[in-house]
Amino acid sequence: MNAPTLWIIVPILLGVLLLFVNNQRVLSVLGGLFAVGLALIAQFVPLEVAMKLGSYSLKIDSSLIVLGRVLLIQPAEGSLLALIYGAAALWFFGAEASKTATRLVPMGFMIIALMVAAIAVQPFLYAALFIEMAILIAIPMLTTIYTPPGRGVVRFLIYQTLAMPFILVAGWLLAGVEASPGDLALTAQSAAMLGMGFAFLLAIFPLYNWIPLLLEESSPYVVGFLLWIVPTITIIFGAGFLDRYSWLRSSPQLIIALRYIGLLMVVSGGAFAAFQRHLGRIMAYGSIAETGFSLLALSLDFRLGIPILFLLIPARALGLAVWALSLTIIKENVETMRFGAAQGILRITPLAGAGMIVATLSTAAFPLLAGFPARLALWESLSHISLNSALWMAIGIIGLLTSAFRSLAVISMAEEYTSWKPRENRAQIIMLGLGMIGLFILGLFPQTLQFLLADLPLMFEHLGR
Amino acid sequence: MAIPFAWFAVVLLIITSAGLLLVRDWRWSIILLAAQYVGMFVLTLQHWPIGMASVKVVAGWMSAAILGMTRSGLSTEDPREESIWPRGRLFRLFAAVIILLIVSVVTPSVDHIMADAGFAVTNGSLLLIGMGLLHLGITARILPVTVGLMTVLAGFEILYSSVEGSVLVAALLAVINLGLALVGSYLMLASNTQETESL
Repeated sequence: MNAPTLWIIVPILLGVLLLFVNNQRVLSVLGGLFAVGLALIAQFVPLEVAMKLGSYSLKIDSSLIVLGRVLLIQPAEGSLLALIYGAAALWFFGAEASKTATRLVPMGFMIIALMVAAIAVQPFLYAALFIEMAILIAIPMLTTIYTPPGRGVVRFLIYQTLAMPFILVAGWLLAGVEASPGDLALTAQSAAMLGMGFAFLLAIFPLYNWIPLLLEESSPYVVGFLLWIVPTITIIFGAGFLDRYSWLRSSPQLIIALRYIGLLMVVSGGAFAAFQRHLGRIMAYGSIAETGFSLLALSLDFRLGIPILFLLIPARALGLAVWALSLTIIKENVETMRFGAAQGILRITPLAGAGMIVATLSTAAFPLLAGFPARLALWESLSHISLNSALWMAIGIIGLLTSAFRSLAVISMAEEYTSWKPRENRAQIIMLGLGMIGLFILGLFPQTLQFLLADLPLMFEHLGR
Repeated sequence: MAIPFAWFAVVLLIITSAGLLLVRDWRWSIILLAAQYVGMFVLTLQHWPIGMASVKVVAGWMSAAILGMTRSGLSTEDPREESIWPRGRLFRLFAAVIILLIVSVVTPSVDHIMADAGFAVTNGSLLLIGMGLLHLGITARILPVTVGLMTVLAGFEILYSSVEGSVLVAALLAVINLGLALVGSYLMLASNTQETESL
C-alpha cells in the first residue's frame, strides 16, 4: 500500500462508483464517512512506518511512480490531508441538506483527489495539469445537462484553463533562473509568467468576474465547494513555489506585490460586497476577500505568515460551507436572491438566514467567530510592517461588515403581522446548527484545531521555520 | 523531421487557424481543427519522437470527433451570437492579420527565451496561441469557445514540447484535450436544451 494510491487513486475510483448512486442521503452519508475515514488515516497512521496488526505488518509507502514521475506524499503532509478530507467530509455531509449530493459527492471526490495529486506530484510544477483536470471535472458539477450554461461557467472554464500554460512555462523558466540567477530579463519574464498563471488560477482582480456570475447562475453549495478547494490548494501550490526558489522567497518586490494584490482583493471584495443587492454576489465578493487575506498572510514574514495562512484554511472551509448551505436553502424559497425578492425571508428560513449572517460576519473578522483569530493575527502582523496596509485591510473588513448588516436588514424586513413559517427540513436544521456552533467554537477556542495545524509548516522545507 | 516540413506545417496552421475564425459552418470548423492537429504533429516532431508526437494528433482528432459527433446531433442552426460581438468576416480577417504580424515580430525573442526551439516551432506555436485568444475574445458560443481553448492549448503544447519531454506530461495534456472536448460537448448539449424546449 502507498499513500498516493490511498488518497488519490482510491478517491477517484470511489467518485466514479458513486456516480451510479442516485439516493441523496446514501451518497451524502457514504461520501462523508469515506472522507472522514481518509482524514483519520491521514492524521493517525504514520507514513513509512511499519505497524504490526496481529500477525500482519502494514506499512504505507509515501511514493508511487507513474509514467516515470513520482507522486510523493511526505509524512509531514499527513495533517494537510486530514484537513482537506476532514473539510471535504463536512461538505459531503451537508450535500444532502443542499440537495446537491448526486453532483457534489462523486465529482467532489475526484476533484479533491486531483487536488491532492497536485500537491503530491514531482516535479511540483506539474500540479497545474492536475488542477486543470479538476477544473474540467467541476464543469458538469456546476451546470446540469438540462439547463443552458451561463456566462459564469464559460468564463470559469476559460480563465482556469488559461492558467495552466502560464504556470508550466513559468516553471520551466524558473529552472533557468535558478541556473543563472544574474539574468534579470529571464527573472522578470518568469515572474511575469508566474504572476499571470496565479492571477488566473486564484481569480485575482480583475480576473474574478466569473465568481459573482457563477453564484447567480449555479447552486451556491456547489460553487462554494469550488471556492473553498481551488484557492486553498492553489495557495499551497503557490507557497510551494516560494519554498522551492530562494530568489523568489527573498525578493522584496514579490513580497510587496503579494501585499498589494492581497489588499486589492480584500478592499475590492469588501467594497463590492457592501454595494451588492444580491445575496449570492455578496458571498462571491466575500470569498474574493478571503483569497486576499491568504495572499496577505503570504506577504508577511514566513515564520508568522505561514501559520496564519494555515489558520485561515479551516475558517474558510467552515464559513463557506455554512454560507453556501444557507444560500442554497434561501434560494429554494425565493424567486431570486436579489434583495427585493429575499425581503423578510428570515421568517421562512430562520436558520439559513442566521447561518448566512454568521458566516458573513465570520469572513468579516467579527469577534468570537471562526474568522476572527486568524484575521486578528494577520492584522496585527500587518500593522507592524505598514500601518497604511493595516488601514486598507480595515476598510475591506468594514465593507464586508456593511454587507452583513445590509443582508440582515433585508432578510428581517418582513411586512407587519407576517407570521413565522419555517420551511427548513431536519437535515438542513441539523447541518446549519452544527455549522454555526462550529463557527463559534473555532472563534472562541481557536486552539481546537492546533493538533492539525501545528505541524503543517513542516511540509515546507524553508517557509515557516 | 526536416525544417522545410516545419514551415509547411506553419503555413497549414495559418490557413487552419484563420479559417477557424472565418468559417461559420460547424462542419468546416471541425475539419479545420482536425487539420490543425496535423500541423501541430509535424511541429512537435521537431523535438519529440514519432511515438510521442502521435499522441498529440490522435488525442486532437479524437477531441475533434467528439465535438463533431455532438454537434451533428444538435439542431442544424447555430444559436445566435450576442450582438455586441463583432461578426464581420472582414473584421476577423483584419484581426487575424494583426495577430500574424505581432507573431512575426515577437517570434525571434520568444525563440531565444524558449531555448532556441526553432523559428518554425515558435512561430507556429505563437500563431495558434494568438489566434486562439482572438477566437476566445470574439465569441461566447460554446463550440467556438471550446475550439478557441483547444487552439490555445495546441499552440502551448507545441512550444512546451521543445523544452519538456516527459511522458507523464504528454499523457496528462492528452487527457486534458479530451476532457476539454467532452466538457465542450456537455455544454453544447446543455445549451441545446433550452432551444429544444422553446421549439
